[in-house]
Parts: sequence; structure tokens; C-alpha cells
Amino acid sequence: MKRLMSFLVAIGALCLLLFAGSRHLQQSQGLTSGNKVLTLYNWGDYIDPKLITKFQKETGYKVQVETFDSNEAMYTKIQQGGTNYDLAVPSEYMVQKMRKAHLLKPIDKSRVHGLTNIDKRFRNLAFDPENRYSIPYFWGTLGIIYNDQYVKPGAVQHWDDLWSPAYRNKIMLVDSSRDIMGMALLSQGHSVNTTDIAQLDAAKAKLDRLSPNVKAIVADEIKMYMAQNEAALAVTWSGEASEMMANNSHLHYVVPSEGSNLWFDNLVIPKTAKHYKAIYAFINFMLKPENAAQNAAYIGYATPNDPAKKLLPRSVVNDKAFYPDQTTLAHLQVYQDLGNRMVGIYNDKFLEFKMFKH
Amino acid sequence: MKRAHGFYSVPYVLWLALFVIAPLVLIVYQSFFNISGQFTFDNYKLYLSSGTYLRMTLNSVWYALLITALTLLISYPTAYWLSQTKHKQLWLLLIILPTWINLLLKAYAFIGIFSQGGSVNRFLQFFGFGAHQLLFTNTSFILVAAYIEIPFMILPIFNAIDELKPSLLNASKDLGATNWQTFSKVVFPLTLDGVKAGVQAVFIPSLSLFMLTRLIGGNKVITLGTAIEEHFLVTQNWGMGSTIGVVLIIAMIAIMFLTGERKKRGR
Repeated sequence: MKRLMSFLVAIGALCLLLFAGSRHLQQSQGLTSGNKVLTLYNWGDYIDPKLITKFQKETGYKVQVETFDSNEAMYTKIQQGGTNYDLAVPSEYMVQKMRKAHLLKPIDKSRVHGLTNIDKRFRNLAFDPENRYSIPYFWGTLGIIYNDQYVKPGAVQHWDDLWSPAYRNKIMLVDSSRDIMGMALLSQGHSVNTTDIAQLDAAKAKLDRLSPNVKAIVADEIKMYMAQNEAALAVTWSGEASEMMANNSHLHYVVPSEGSNLWFDNLVIPKTAKHYKAIYAFINFMLKPENAAQNAAYIGYATPNDPAKKLLPRSVVNDKAFYPDQTTLAHLQVYQDLGNRMVGIYNDKFLEFKMFKH
Repeated sequence: MKRAHGFYSVPYVLWLALFVIAPLVLIVYQSFFNISGQFTFDNYKLYLSSGTYLRMTLNSVWYALLITALTLLISYPTAYWLSQTKHKQLWLLLIILPTWINLLLKAYAFIGIFSQGGSVNRFLQFFGFGAHQLLFTNTSFILVAAYIEIPFMILPIFNAIDELKPSLLNASKDLGATNWQTFSKVVFPLTLDGVKAGVQAVFIPSLSLFMLTRLIGGNKVITLGTAIEEHFLVTQNWGMGSTIGVVLIIAMIAIMFLTGERKKRGR
């Protein structure tokens, strides 16, 4: 009994010591010093850490980064409250949804410098007219990545090429209902935001015919599989593709010219924000061309910042796979928030496709 | 005296109420609401009238059955052999050891083993069989699931066999029974409780495996777990997700009932 007691006391003392230590560390880093902080709620590994150090040195604000791995998880956390995020980085359809749910604070344009750096084509879009709530952070597309050891370069240019019997059991798809249903809708010349059930049924029927070619429907693992030559082709996002290509030189990324999805991740101010000075300092910092360029070089996604593009290597900016030309760009479509009921229908169709046995 | 006994059960009753009864009630309650928060029976109607969900249920039960059968097939002889060896505790430890490792880690390890350039395929190539597609097949899904569930099947069976009195076996042999007769008339009936416990411990979790269906099965195997995950995380249709949850709970109760202790009649 005596031994047990001394054991418990020792554990208690250790906890107290650790608590005091971490408290002391936080204070010395200025984490608890009131107004000089900024809490950024971002996707994992979605900002160059050197930029954070630079921002802290330039402005004296201490940045705390917290991460999420899906728009929906982020939405739930901000909606539930109890958090103190100053900035978040949702995708475009989620901006629209959060706006409808009154989870966002409008951006005070008079305090933002350099909004005109953002490409005109990426401002004032349907999901957020006049950028009242959001500032584009990165953008990209949905496309096909192929391995030139198994697929002749140039053989796959369009969505319909995926249906070729030559690719039996060779294709991986991202586990995302909007993207895969969207791909089938696009290949039939329909909108990715359609609410017409007949069009959705037709898209689902077309996907069923793709089923023999589908090797797997997976999530993040797709990066690992493609880098390891596990599959010949995959349908995935440009950002993921650039990461795969960095690990395997046989991989190439194509955006079908007939149309694809155009997505944006955007800086927004959630209703939980507190430190407005720090928020605008950060937004302005990230809008500066040299910082945007550095971030794009680190992450590998396409930057919406026009002057920043000039600072990036030619080979990057002229790569049509990641910065598509005007004609392809004109065919790209942005997702809109369709509401819970419609999202449910998209998901049910996608689930039926997954269940389809060829 | 009786009151004192009641007092000691307070912590457990509280625990049960908060973490078992309350969540169950919430799931059942939630299942009667549609996506816009109105009270409805539509979720159940949809479940029972949709080919998709019924087929998914059939899939889940079928795969759980296969996984259970495979684990039982491997576990029973193993447990029997274990009970006959020296160093029982050491072997037992080796069997339990994998359960200390996180499930996801084990799944990722299998991705490495089964992939195109993985050890199994290299082994096959070495002997001139060529590379095969191993990942994303039903077989690999069942194999990995069985691998994960095996310790939970072996342990109860081992305990049952270990408790068997050697004198019973000797008596059976003395009375002229063959090895097979000894096994089928004496050993197996006496260890049946262990088998039932093992089946419960394996079948029920197998019904709703969902991480493995994606990681190893590549979403080519779809079970009810997949649908629940989707309804809660993506479509946020908690009502439908709960409905499927209720169906699973009913299935589990049915299994418990079927494999549980029966009243012994006429003995």
C-alpha cells in the first residue's frame, strides 16, 4: 500500500512538472501572450514552414498551425465551436456551404493589399461573388495520371479513353463521389453540378461500364500506389499528381480538354476568429508575389497569384498539365454546393457503382 | 446487506447507462429522422426496399461468414495443438502479440507484402510464376481480415480445450472409440462453448469492417461499415447511417442469441 502511494505521488509530481515546463515553454514562445498570435487551420503540409518563420520574424505574430484532412471534418469542427481558428482553408463548394450556414466573417477589402495580384479569371466566381468571404490560395484540376511504362504517351487524352478495353483492371479512382460522378457527367457533356436525375442515372450507368477497368477506389493511398507502379492509370487531383510525379519520373498528368473540374482552396475567416490584425497581416503576406511563389514552389500546386507566376521557373508555368491553356481552362467547371439532399443522391449513385459487379 | 451490494454496483451501472444504453438510444432515436430533421420511417422503408442496401447487407454477412469459417478452420487445430505442447504460455504470447500492434499499421504492412513489387510477388517471380494481382481481390481481403481476427478465435477455443480433463479422453479410448469418434463425440461437444465464444468475437466485428475494405479491398468489397462511414462523414445523413447501425445491432443480437447458451433440455 505504501509503495502504491509513493508511486502515485511520483506520477502526480511528474505530471505537475511537465505541465509547468510546457507552460513555461509556451510563454517563452509568446503563445499565451494574448494578441500576438494567429491560429491557422490548414490542410496537412499545405504551407512552406519557412514562410511561417519569415512571417513571424517580419511581423512578430506567433503562428499556430492546426490541420484537418477533409472539408467536412473542418466544417464540423468550426460549426461545433469551442475552437479559436483565425483563418481556415476550405475548398470552393465548402466556402459556399459555410457562407450559407453563417460560419464566415466577410473580408474587409480596405485592409487587404494585393488582391489584384490574383488572376482575374479566379476572382469573383460563382461560389463567392466579389470575393466577399474568400481569397484563393491554390487552384487545380481533376485529371488522369498515367505511367508511361504501361500506357503509350498521348494514348490517353480524354475521359472516354479510360473506357478502352486495353485498360482492363488497370485504373485507380479517387474515393470521392462528386469527382467520379463528375467525370462521367463531363464525358457525356453534362454539367458537374447537374441536379437532373436522368443525367445522373445515365452517368451511373456509364460508370458501371467502367467497372471492369477499375482496379481500386482508394483515397490518399493512391499516391503511394502510383509511385510504386501498382497501377497504370489513376484519376486524381493535380496537386496529388504533382506529388506522385516527384516520386516517379514515369508518371504524367493530363487534363482532358473537353472539360474537367476546377477547384480552389481559399483563405477564409471563420466566425471563431479573434485576432484580426494578425489575420490581415497574414493575408497580405501571402498575397505578396515572392511569398506566393515560394509557397507554390514548395507545395507544387498552381498559384492563382499572377505576378508570382513570373517568379516561378518557366518549365513549371509552361507545363500545360498544371497551368492549362485558355481553351482547356474555358471548359473547366467549378463545383457548387448542391445541398444535403442532392449530395446524398450523388453519394448513393456512387455507392451503387462501387457495389456493381461486372 | 442487500443495500450494500447495490451500492457497489453504482459505478458499473452508471458506466452502462452513459456509454452503452445512452448511445444505443441515441442511435435508434436518430434513425427516425431524415436529412432535414423531420420525424419519419423513410430510412427504414428505403433500407428495406433498396436493392443496394439489401445486397450490401448480404455482402457483409457473406464476407463475415467466410472470414469466420476461415479463422475457425485455422484456429481449432492450432488451439488443439497448443494445448498439447510444452511452453504453452510462450506460444500463446506469440499468438497474442500481433494484437498489440495497431490495426492500420498491420493493414499498411499487408499493402507492402501484397503489392506488385511486394515480397509475395517477388517470391512468385523467383519460382517463375510471374507477378499476380494480389491486392484489391476478395481473397486478399478475407486473408487479411482472418489474420487480424485469428487471436480472438484461438484464445477461447484454447481455454476450452485446455480445461478438458485427460481422463475423459482416456476413458473414451479405453471404451474402444477410434480417434475420430473421440474427437467428434467427446472433444468437440465439450469445447463447443469455446467455439461459440470465438465465433461471436470474430463474426460480429467482421460485419462492419470498413478500413480494410478500402485499404486491402480497394472498395471492391463493400460492407455496411462503408455505408455508415459515408453517411456520417460525407453526406451527413445521420439518420440513414443510424438506421444501418440499428440493423447491425439487430444482426448482432441475433448472432448472440443463436450462438449463446441454450437451456439444456432432456439431459
